[in-house]
Amino acid sequence: MVNEKSFAPWDDPDARPLIRFERVTKRFGDFTAIDDLTLDIYEREFFALLGPSGCGKTTMMRMLAGFEEPSEGQILLSGRDIAHVPPNKRAVNMMFQSYALFPHLSVWDNIAFGLRREGKPKEQIEARVQEMLRLTRLEKFARRKPHQISGGQRQRVALARSLAKAPKLLLLDEPLGALDRKLREETQFELMDIQEKTGTTFVIVTHDQEEAMTVASRVAVMDEGRIVQVATPDVIYEAPTSVYVADFIGDVNLIRGTARARDAGPAPEPDAAAPEAVDPVPGAAAPLPQPEGRRPQPNAMGKWLHDRVLYRILGRRPDEPRQLPPPEPARAPAQPAPAPAATPEIPPGGIEIRWSEDTPPLIAANGDPALDGKPVVLALRPEKLGIARERPAAANLLQGKVIDIGYLGNISTYHVELPDGTMVKAQITNTRRVSRRDITWEDEVWLSFSPTAGVVLEE
Amino acid sequence: MTRFSWFNVTSLTLGFAFLYLPMVILVIYSFNASQLVTVWAGFSTRWYGELFRNEEFLDAAWVTVQVAFYSSTIATVLGTMAAHVMVRGGRFRGRTLFSGMIYAPLVMPEVITGLSLLLLFIGIGMDRGVVTVVLAHTTFSMCYVSVVVSSRLVAFDRSLEEAALDLGASPFDAFRLVTLPIIAPAVISGWLLAFTLSLDDLVIASFTTGPGATTLPIKIFSAVRLGVSPEINALSTLLIGIVTVGVVTTSLVTKRAAVQRAREEQAAQRAT
Repeated sequence: MVNEKSFAPWDDPDARPLIRFERVTKRFGDFTAIDDLTLDIYEREFFALLGPSGCGKTTMMRMLAGFEEPSEGQILLSGRDIAHVPPNKRAVNMMFQSYALFPHLSVWDNIAFGLRREGKPKEQIEARVQEMLRLTRLEKFARRKPHQISGGQRQRVALARSLAKAPKLLLLDEPLGALDRKLREETQFELMDIQEKTGTTFVIVTHDQEEAMTVASRVAVMDEGRIVQVATPDVIYEAPTSVYVADFIGDVNLIRGTARARDAGPAPEPDAAAPEAVDPVPGAAAPLPQPEGRRPQPNAMGKWLHDRVLYRILGRRPDEPRQLPPPEPARAPAQPAPAPAATPEIPPGGIEIRWSEDTPPLIAANGDPALDGKPVVLALRPEKLGIARERPAAANLLQGKVIDIGYLGNISTYHVELPDGTMVKAQITNTRRVSRRDITWEDEVWLSFSPTAGVVLEE
Repeated sequence: MTRFSWFNVTSLTLGFAFLYLPMVILVIYSFNASQLVTVWAGFSTRWYGELFRNEEFLDAAWVTVQVAFYSSTIATVLGTMAAHVMVRGGRFRGRTLFSGMIYAPLVMPEVITGLSLLLLFIGIGMDRGVVTVVLAHTTFSMCYVSVVVSSRLVAFDRSLEEAALDLGASPFDAFRLVTLPIIAPAVISGWLLAFTLSLDDLVIASFTTGPGATTLPIKIFSAVRLGVSPEINALSTLLIGIVTVGVVTTSLVTKRAAVQRAREEQAAQRAT
């Protein structure tokens, strides 16, 4: 989000939260839906409650709206305990998952419903409804009934209706679940826009992690009535604090092993500013212009000269065909020696993870040496892995066979089986057309990642 | 279209004959010129004229309509309230018992209902008349209304009521402004059902009636005991006619509304 730098009340010790859950527990009979939960939500936040179904996120929302009362604990809104205030007496409005539009009332009357309950003068109601219609671009449909408009329009009516009373807090219960993908993406940005314009605090409940990441200023990941982690979307994604969060948000490879502290002594090559190399495979990451066969081609002698001698000085030919049936055997030994010595830039310290008998340990320079001897999980996002047919120079290498390729258009996911049967996913952006890709099914490949690409988590 | 085999045609004919032959005969004989019910003596509307000059029948008809109107209205209010509590009240102690008790009159023999009401009215020293019949009819038709309305309420999206509360409506306003308009069709059909039940009730009415409160069924029944007169045929034909017109109109209106709605929904989807 753009305003991330300037807007972070959760880091400000003086900021007073708009909503505070204080040791809230909610039981339904024997079932504990919310378990001793404490949480602060600040004014103007777009806060997402994210979790699988049954994790308690809907119960949280219904307690905020007043449809459920907590069994224990307090819910404070601007410092006032609202735990037992009925829904019609609190400055909180909700947008329902099913939209809950009143089918017998027109769009206009739906939006005016809440304002009329306040007994406001007619002109004020009219002005406010007009304003809401404009905000949600529904002016043309004011006189229609809900069944006479489309799904996307209904969604906007529901939003306009819940915003009409200018609540301190707006709750959104899976607001985009009923829309198709394209409309959903558009609406997400519309929601963010409206949130910014009105300055209302939004709390959204969703099981769609992509949606939560897109719209929210902070995300709370929930599991079985507890909050597992609350953080900004990038922290949730890049620095999850538990295996559960790493696994729930996005795609992840989990490699289990035992930690061993690494030597924190002087760096073998102190020049390394440890660039968090996302793609440590230079060969695969340098998509050069490929004007197919337009350049003058060298003859056999020229090729031989270049390949044997000159390439050390000049580098690879820009138009050298990269996707070929195995190159002439003579070339293989001529590659720059893939000796371990050529893997530079490993910052000192951190831990190494022994996870398999036959392979060298994986290096996690960002791991906590205090984990020495403990079982740990290395969480690696698929896009942090490089994939190549030839052994690249990198701190961490895994060898395996391509079992499956998931082609999604903009990206491809390679499912690589390691010798011990572990499946690892690597994601590559398709900067080139499919026909130019050089890795295919059953290929033996090398997966590589930098020593800081993964996150070390305790089991 | 499926073609009908002779077997299908026969069963259809037999079935409908079984249902409607008695009524057809009654209608035909209502236009009989003869005084004797079973002897055909040519077409005539004479008995309709006689009927409208018969004060007793007209009085009884008026009493019946009044009783039906009041009892079905009270039954609709009470039945809707009961249904709302049963469906929306959440879980409270003895809920199953209560809902079972609401529906008990459905299966209770009318004779017993009538007799117990009579004992009650005598016990509290209430003079039997229009009021007692109205009360009695309310008692037994309320549960029918309750059944009809609660089946609608069960299918009703609860979040609509929650949305009304959320927007600041009091629970009563939420019911009045949101729930009631939406379940109105069920409430109206509950009222119609109660009205019809009251119109044709003979047993309970005869237990609880008193001087000056003779309803049409009681009148017809006692008249028939003295012999079937063609006037009664005419009266019954009128009743059949009214009911038929009512049913056909309702179904046409409902059907048309559904078609209209479907068309509008399609138009809304296409417009996007």
